[in-house]
Amino acid sequence: MLANLLPNVQWETMWAATVETLYMTGMAVAATFVLGVVLGLLLFLTAKGNLWENRLANTVIAAFVNIFRSIPFIILIILLIPFTKWLVGTMLGANAALPALIIGAAPFYARMVEIALREIDKGVIEAAQAMGASTWTIIWKVLLPESLPALVSGITVTAVSLVGYTAMAGVVGAGGLGNLAYLEGFQRSHNDVTFVATVLVLVIVFVIQWIGDIVTSKIDKR
Amino acid sequence: MITLEQVTKVYQAANGAVTAVDNVSLEIREGEIFGIIGYSGAGKSSLIRLLNGLEKPTSGRVIVAGRDMARVKGRELRNARQEIGMIFQHFNLLWSRTVRENIAFPLEIAGVPREERQKRVDELIQLVGLTGREEAYPSQLSGGQKQRVGIARALANNPKVLLCDEATSALDPQTTDAILDLLVDINKRLGLTIVLITHEMHVIRKICDRVAVMESGKIVEQGDVLHVFRNPQQPITKRFVKQLVEPEETEEAVSHLFGHYPNGVIAQLTFVGAAAGQPLITQVVRQFAVDVNILQGKISQTHQGAYGVLFVHIDGAADEIGRALDYIQDQQVAVEVIHDAR
Ligand SMILES: Nc1ncnc2c1ncn2[C@@H]1O[C@H](COP(=O)(O)OP(=O)(O)OP(=O)(O)O)[C@@H](O)[C@H]1O
Ligand SMILES: [Mg+2]
Repeated sequence: MLANLLPNVQWETMWAATVETLYMTGMAVAATFVLGVVLGLLLFLTAKGNLWENRLANTVIAAFVNIFRSIPFIILIILLIPFTKWLVGTMLGANAALPALIIGAAPFYARMVEIALREIDKGVIEAAQAMGASTWTIIWKVLLPESLPALVSGITVTAVSLVGYTAMAGVVGAGGLGNLAYLEGFQRSHNDVTFVATVLVLVIVFVIQWIGDIVTSKIDKR
Repeated sequence: MITLEQVTKVYQAANGAVTAVDNVSLEIREGEIFGIIGYSGAGKSSLIRLLNGLEKPTSGRVIVAGRDMARVKGRELRNARQEIGMIFQHFNLLWSRTVRENIAFPLEIAGVPREERQKRVDELIQLVGLTGREEAYPSQLSGGQKQRVGIARALANNPKVLLCDEATSALDPQTTDAILDLLVDINKRLGLTIVLITHEMHVIRKICDRVAVMESGKIVEQGDVLHVFRNPQQPITKRFVKQLVEPEETEEAVSHLFGHYPNGVIAQLTFVGAAAGQPLITQVVRQFAVDVNILQGKISQTHQGAYGVLFVHIDGAADEIGRALDYIQDQQVAVEVIHDAR
């Protein structure tokens, strides 16, 4: 029955592509989270009136973030080809997509982190200072816990975009559902393959959003 | 305990320099409750923030518990701050932590081991009357309860000084009184020095031993609360004192009554210290051929004695009224005739 409706779908290949997409997304989300939080913290802390106020550092980081956030992803992949080849050794496969995915998403997420940190009541930071907290204590025990719901909902949004990015990366050879849809579905005109790949991408996106929403509402005690 | 010597704080803002604290010298004694009152923008917050090094003075010395807060840095500054508790107008609790975890926070900073932390937090919860709310999050507490958490948190490391920046300004009158009672209780029990800033005379009246009045960065008047109440020198101090004993509606209410009393005088009697209103009125009625009606009155209990105002209508022969007024004045009560129909 299913085989009649979807004559060209090979389920093992489809499954392998799904796993690849999940792998790329998972790795990229993890790295983006770490890098984005670090960059976001630096952006926040070096801003005017904050703990590490430093005009030069702030300008440099902000410029870096803005530039990489503005480059369209597909162009970023092409720009990063030499870097990726040097780092991963090839342009094919899931790992080759990671540098572009992370460099594309981390600055985007860093801005969200910065906004989340700016939402924290200045008075709370001041109270911690008044108690004699060091900057590290403030980062670990005030800034990150107090902004956690926003950090989680931000990474959820970022993860959803990353699923889309992996599909784009797939077109240029990185594997995953995007790659399958392009090679099998589009180039060989197997619309059923494209259809199934699309449904799977949607399912992944919905699951990510669903998990993100649950976690956010669990940790938000405001 | 706290000494300020010619302290000035200048902020460099985009549109020029702002002198928030202007050559202030102050001496705050160990164990007293010292109030600083002033209108918005007077520089009160800037002044109190100098005491725990949240701001550095542009010039002058700020000595708290033997340390010059203007000069200590790094670890020494952080250690000094652990001996100075602070509570805030908007409580500044961490919403991601429960009551218990909020109170434990300064203990974590001080490196107190977990077990001891638990014990200390339990003590503090009891001290501030929050038993039963330990596991609540700040968003589930009322303003008064939040401030109790703030106080417990500020006391966690057994500070020598407690700074209160408008600690009751976000609370309703009943809650304000409860929090002020708690502060007095802590002051008595722990012998803690308390510095509080406020724009409400009521707070000064209720708990302070001494008061300083601040205007445009300067301390324009200071002294024992009762003394300042009795002899306010500066116009701003007079305004504050007036706000306390003579709410605007009282004056209005009394002026409405002028029509009802075609004869005699309406006078405002201001009591300071021990002299209480009722016995004096009895004396006047006994000794002089006058009738006395109390129209309005407000006697407040300060930390050091009674203070208040009575509006009275005195009727009788003109010279008899005069003698009665002189007599009242002799009893250390200030008399002001506000409506004369003799
Ligand atoms: N960080 C700052 N930078 C520049 N100017 C400041 C800064 N903090 C305070 N000021 C200015 O210093 C003056 C005193 O402010 P401060 O906050 O000490 O007053 P306040 O008496 O506490 O007022 P309020 O009752 O409104 O809290 C004000 O004119 C204010 O604008
Ligand atoms: Mg203030």
